[in-house]
Amino acid sequence: MSATVSTFEMPRTISSQRRTKDRLFSIALWASVVIALVPLLLIVYRVVRLGVAAISVNLFAHTALPASLPGGGLKQAFLGTAMIVGLAIAFSVPLGVLTGIFLAEYGSGRIAAVVRFTAEILLSIPSIVAGAFIWALVVVALGNFSALAAGIALTVLMWPIMARATEEVLRLVPTELREGGLALGYPRWRVIMRIVLPTAGAGVFTAIMLAVARGLGETAPVLLTALGNDFVSTNPLKPTDAVPLRVYNYAQSAYPAWRALAWGGALMLLVGVLVLSVTARMLSIRQQRRMR
Amino acid sequence: MREIDVSGLSAWFGSKQVLRDINLGIERGSATAIIGPSGCGKSTLIRCLNRMHEEVRGAHVEGKVLFDGEDIYDPRVDPVVIRRRIGMVFQKPNPFPTMSILENAIAGLKLLGRLPKADLQERGEQALRAAGLWEEVKDRLGEPGGRLSGGQQQRLCIARALAVEPDVLLMDEPASALDPASTLRIEELVTELKDRYTVVIVTHNMQQAARVADWTLFMLYGEVVEFGPTNKIFTTPEDQRTEDYVTGRFG
Repeated sequence: MSATVSTFEMPRTISSQRRTKDRLFSIALWASVVIALVPLLLIVYRVVRLGVAAISVNLFAHTALPASLPGGGLKQAFLGTAMIVGLAIAFSVPLGVLTGIFLAEYGSGRIAAVVRFTAEILLSIPSIVAGAFIWALVVVALGNFSALAAGIALTVLMWPIMARATEEVLRLVPTELREGGLALGYPRWRVIMRIVLPTAGAGVFTAIMLAVARGLGETAPVLLTALGNDFVSTNPLKPTDAVPLRVYNYAQSAYPAWRALAWGGALMLLVGVLVLSVTARMLSIRQQRRMR
Repeated sequence: MREIDVSGLSAWFGSKQVLRDINLGIERGSATAIIGPSGCGKSTLIRCLNRMHEEVRGAHVEGKVLFDGEDIYDPRVDPVVIRRRIGMVFQKPNPFPTMSILENAIAGLKLLGRLPKADLQERGEQALRAAGLWEEVKDRLGEPGGRLSGGQQQRLCIARALAVEPDVLLMDEPASALDPASTLRIEELVTELKDRYTVVIVTHNMQQAARVADWTLFMLYGEVVEFGPTNKIFTTPEDQRTEDYVTGRFG
């Protein structure tokens, strides 16, 4: 302790008033966390409890049956969702990732500003609007509800998520790496393909998975475009069933067997979204470690 | 003929001019140091020599840089071709994190078309030897480049630049992020390299310039104050500002 300089003495104790304030604030923070978590946990608890009860071989092996017949399942809905989301992935991944690359690597001009603004707007439009839009554009033009139309409707929702998320992760790649590539005589596109994308790799994958998780559970746009179907449809140009659609319909029905199927479908959706989100999260944590 | 001949070179970031009417000649097989206080434009100048300056958004260049008699700023010249002949090492070691040590060393070679795998290995080894790194990494060529120490990473970057067999090697404060021992290794390396390559090195460390360079350029506020043999710059400079700087009176 130097006795020479300091005339100001740090107080040795903290006043009880400050201590109380600190404690109150901590309690308020913890309370809000709990309040936010309770509904989530209740939802998960209920879906899991009722959903697990509905899980059976029939759920996956059988298609929809009239409520009076036992043993109906959601086979057509699982396959339909797989086809719809598969189509949406096929459309939105190239579109979204390329847009993200454009925004991050070339995005300084007016066009980029317009693209970024468009993506921003699309991110916040209600999904039913996307559904109605694609209904008018695709369903009416083709004269038919279809998996294709649903895939396109989901693309409208998934593309901006991927584009913005890809842009964000590419921006995390240090400029020094790009310069290192350029200084070796790499053309710009090659710097992007061989250095920037591999370095951001898992991050781009995370962006894709988050968008897929969003598309998986969308109901309104699918309702307006795929319509639903009691049977397995393998033709992307025909009406197709989807899990969220079945859940929506069956949950409102008067028959216990259908309501049970709705819980089973809901549980499978929840598991799907959870797996995607957790994988995405784990990948991005690993990615951040590597960036450092 | 001088290998690099800079005449009337000016450079801007947006509307801010950072280089004013630079004239400079660099001889083949020499080592030239560029010294000066922070912000004097030394990094910008070296980045103008392989057209890296223009990669910064809003940056532009005027004037001529003749390389083997050809203006690298001629609109018909592809900067990619220039950068393959004029290599660069940066201040912060920047090995590519997704590539192994060997892959980093040969990263530039893959551009020259498909070479047989054995050739790539061979030239990777040569480059790593030239950068004085081979003995330390020969048993761990498959490990990520990022796992090396800072000084090793920088020598890996030098190997990467050398592997494409450039004519000129530009080094932008290559040792400023390194510890004294690694700095010494880099300096020894520069002294070896200048027999085979033309080296231009930016440094804020005057002793380093005095140790490695044949020629020294002193810059201030984006202008050349004095350019001459290193010996002369450090012992009998013509300009009072040079003398003040090299004797440590400012900067």
